Amino acid sequence: MNAKYLPLLATIVVFSALFITGGILYNNFFSTLVLGDILADNAFIIIAAIGTTFVILSGGIDLSIGSMIGFVGVVMANLDVVGWHPLASAGMMLCFGLAFGALQGLIIDFCEIQPFIVTLAGLFLLRGSCFMINLDSVPIRHPFVASFAEASIPLPGGGFLASSAIVMLIALAAAIVMAHFTRFGANIYAIGGDRVSAALMGVPMRRTTVSIYALGGFYSALGGVIYALYTSSGYPLAGTGNELSAIASVVLGGTVLTGGVGMVAGTLFGGMILGLIATLINFNGSLNGAWIMISGGVLLFLFIVMQRSLLSSFRLRGVG
Amino acid sequence: MWPLIALAVILAVDGFISPGFFHVRVVEGRLFGNVIDILYRAMPTALVALGMAIVIGTKGIDLSVGSVIAIVGAVITWRIHAGDPHFVILLIALGVGILCGLWNGFLVAVLDIQPIIATLILMVSGRGIGLMINLLYGGTNPSFTSPLLQGLSVGHIGLIPTRLILGAAIFGALWLLIRRTALGLFLESVGGNSAAADLAGINARLIKFAAYLICALCAAWAGVVLAADTHTSDPVSVGLYIELDAILAVVIGGGSLAGGRIYLGMTVLGALVIQALTTSILTSGLPPEYNLVVKAVVVIIVLLLQSENLRNALYARLGGRKR
Amino acid sequence: MLGVSKAFPGVRALERVDFRVEAGEVHALLGENGAGKSTLIKIMTGALRGDEGEIRIDGRPVEIGAPGEARALGIGTVYQEVNLIPTMSVTKNLTLGRQPRRFGLIAWRAARNRARERLKRLNIDIDVERPLGSYSVAIQQLVAIARALEEDTRVLVLDEPTASLDANETELLFRIMRDFKLRGIAMVFITHFIDQVYQIADRISVLRNGRLVGSAATADLPPLKLISLMLGRELERTEERVAAAAPAARGQPILLAEGVGRRRLMEPFDLSIRAGEVVGLAGLLGSGRTEVAKLIFGAVRSDSGRLSVGGVPVTSRSPGRSLRLGMAFCPEDRKAEGLFGELTVRENIVLGLQTKRGWLRRLSHDEQEELAQKMIKALGIATPDADKPVGQLSGGNQQKVVLARALVSDPRILILDEPTRGIDVGAHADVVALIRSLCAQGLALLVASSELDELVAVSDRIAVLRDRRKIGEIAEREITRENVIRTIAGAKA
Repeated sequence: MNAKYLPLLATIVVFSALFITGGILYNNFFSTLVLGDILADNAFIIIAAIGTTFVILSGGIDLSIGSMIGFVGVVMANLDVVGWHPLASAGMMLCFGLAFGALQGLIIDFCEIQPFIVTLAGLFLLRGSCFMINLDSVPIRHPFVASFAEASIPLPGGGFLASSAIVMLIALAAAIVMAHFTRFGANIYAIGGDRVSAALMGVPMRRTTVSIYALGGFYSALGGVIYALYTSSGYPLAGTGNELSAIASVVLGGTVLTGGVGMVAGTLFGGMILGLIATLINFNGSLNGAWIMISGGVLLFLFIVMQRSLLSSFRLRGVG
Repeated sequence: MWPLIALAVILAVDGFISPGFFHVRVVEGRLFGNVIDILYRAMPTALVALGMAIVIGTKGIDLSVGSVIAIVGAVITWRIHAGDPHFVILLIALGVGILCGLWNGFLVAVLDIQPIIATLILMVSGRGIGLMINLLYGGTNPSFTSPLLQGLSVGHIGLIPTRLILGAAIFGALWLLIRRTALGLFLESVGGNSAAADLAGINARLIKFAAYLICALCAAWAGVVLAADTHTSDPVSVGLYIELDAILAVVIGGGSLAGGRIYLGMTVLGALVIQALTTSILTSGLPPEYNLVVKAVVVIIVLLLQSENLRNALYARLGGRKR
Repeated sequence: MLGVSKAFPGVRALERVDFRVEAGEVHALLGENGAGKSTLIKIMTGALRGDEGEIRIDGRPVEIGAPGEARALGIGTVYQEVNLIPTMSVTKNLTLGRQPRRFGLIAWRAARNRARERLKRLNIDIDVERPLGSYSVAIQQLVAIARALEEDTRVLVLDEPTASLDANETELLFRIMRDFKLRGIAMVFITHFIDQVYQIADRISVLRNGRLVGSAATADLPPLKLISLMLGRELERTEERVAAAAPAARGQPILLAEGVGRRRLMEPFDLSIRAGEVVGLAGLLGSGRTEVAKLIFGAVRSDSGRLSVGGVPVTSRSPGRSLRLGMAFCPEDRKAEGLFGELTVRENIVLGLQTKRGWLRRLSHDEQEELAQKMIKALGIATPDADKPVGQLSGGNQQKVVLARALVSDPRILILDEPTRGIDVGAHADVVALIRSLCAQGLALLVASSELDELVAVSDRIAVLRDRRKIGEIAEREITRENVIRTIAGAKA
């Protein structure tokens, strides 16, 4: 029981430590206002990262996340211009995300091409399509967007849980249920843990692989929807580099990049850590974006080394 | 084989769409033209792709090359402002590349971390390091002037742009290193079957180290050229996504991400194919936004063709017989 | 299973093998690596399809196309590698694919109970929530057995279940197996431990080179006969024992190992080889033949003893170092450890000399071509040219390439592990002739082999191994099949 939760615990500890440090360094930092803001700002990428967690848990990777976010926003903005209700276009984009992801998964499994390359092509395809549709940002003017932005749940302490954060938490809950309470989830962990054994144990490989990438695509699309509603625009460059942040969130959340170990809940905290670091640096003002990147790298390094030693210790014990 | 055909097809289509595509003229004592342009712009990517091909041959990958370029750019700007002789700065830049290579090599060969994860660390933090260096000398304007670097970037020796000669020289050096010593054979063995390589007496650890060193050095050279192009240090956007282009070039050139054969020449062709695509789109009048999509489609087609399963399924369908 | 055959590219894995097991019976299946056991089991459990033959359950013919189908027919399998997921908990491993559900979601409490129940049937009581990988291999194996044993399991296939178990754990397993016998479950027990076969099996079948060479009730098959069946060769031709060069002319040993060993791998042993001498390593599967070879070559680090080559003590050992000292090694598993499938024949061969020279002094293309051609001719490697990827050659020719690589470095000590596995008769004779001529020129040879007849025919001395220990040496005139077999069988702890 213990060893399994260790990475998640470590993430939560780091997050809390950072939050408390912020509270010590700055006035008004340690408050639900700041927390709510971090959640709202980063909701879209945490949602996408949750989807990526599934992919990484199975031992794969998805580089097309960021481009999907941009693509979804651009399409929604253009549909808004033509008169579609944002919810309708959102629904359509979610289906698209599902289908696109499934296609990637199919190519990965059937053609036996590495996920890195296939999703890389997906990245180019989606990003390129963004540019083909729009070169500039296009606003979404439907009144729904405004009401969506205003909807929020007040938190004790003066903070707010914005609608984007609420959606994210619901998506997270669904993901947790899927990962830990369905056969599908168990199959994902099995494939990531030991691909050969999983096949021998009867896990349906093709169906599961396609579903995993479809799920990832769905969540990326959802992230794109939230981003579009949050910024009330479709921006072709949206999401650039987000695949990296998503992967970093997943790793910081305790999931091992080789798969099989990790929890979806951890990704929430992993994403929050990245958001916290950015906020801390903004509060400071004298530091600049460079520190975000460097600290991200250092944290990643520490987590990777920790994960390695954890994994090797509990694999070695089993081997006679 | 395929890269050559692909390149030929692209160029043929170009010639068809825009007559005069292949027209080469001499301006200011230097060759100019679309074809030259392709070679010119592809050079940094080709350099990075060469290093990447070597690393991929050992069944590894290096995602940090873009960050290495960023760091090198920042270091060059810093030292120029500090007044070092420019030739020495060149050496310092390469030294930085070696340091990065040693770091990656250490993580992969000694700590035994998976290459995609190990190089991710430098990829995430490298550009931040570049930004940090930009801050170090306190100026807000990181641009510089350097006749040496200017020469490398846009100069020419005789009719040929200097950078092409530089590129050819580096390619030649790599070729000598890989094919005229046994290093190439050892690299391919380690990537092909590392257990057998150990038994055959090859020091797999050292070979992997060497691969990451070479890759970072190539990236450093590309960083020098790119910094020279822009006369400035821009760690955030210089060489953005170049690692992806490099990996694509290697794959188009026939290399497999699962390790094995290193195709130096074909990789360069792969880089040319990618650049040719971009240039073709520009000259054909299609909006440049189409670039990425076309790139993606071409890559997908190449990959699908390289996939055995798909080929078999297609033959079965078309030939009507079961395999 | 009746008349089952299966061929892979270049190799006939199974040749019309019959195999039957009754309810409540433990049927042991024995054979060296490459004899066809795994292939037979894979066909039985649906991981592979046979080319010929049929499978019947309760007399009815069945088709088994996938692991799931075997499962559905009541065949449970426990693989040698404990093919479970070490990162998942015991509960999750036991219930994967069959988790109890409530309203579509997994009911973990019920799953945990089911897991505990299953394990209780095997008399095990452990914390089912801990990751499987945190338990010893013995426990992992028992969990694998628990998983393989469903309500409706009729046949249980156990592939080398005792390979990583100690005496107590093995006894526990046997107790469980005897209980299964009473419940009417048929068991197929694959192992290489002869003692255990006599402890638990009712019937024994021996596979050799893809053929069934013997099948009888345990009571009708005494150890001597069994060992003889396992180490014998299917060919009628018996090799004449050829007297080697006069021993007196050889002098000091060119290789001397004293007390070399490695904990949990091989008990410390002494071994000496003189120039021009052929020393054979005989023993059953698992006796330590490969381990001795690898320890001497330095592919595996020893933690005790000393080694000296040509009278000079060797301190740090690695394959590279051994190569430079004049040793060469041909591994047993050519696919996993010997060949570089994508590289050409020429490159594979030349690598043997290149690693000795280091990376700077590359052999020119002409030199490489010359070496490759020389070897191709000397060993009779069937390939249209030297630039074919070695992965495309037949098994026998691949083995020759491995040998060629070892010989190309002009070694003074050559270590061969199963050199004739998968080689056809004609190629085999070529290889033996070549080696003999090399020995005449002073090459020292260490051969580990399961082909006892060959060892007997070419060796000047045979070191006999058993259960990871060297139990004796037989020299010169004493070398006969019977003596070796007797030594193996006789030395019971």
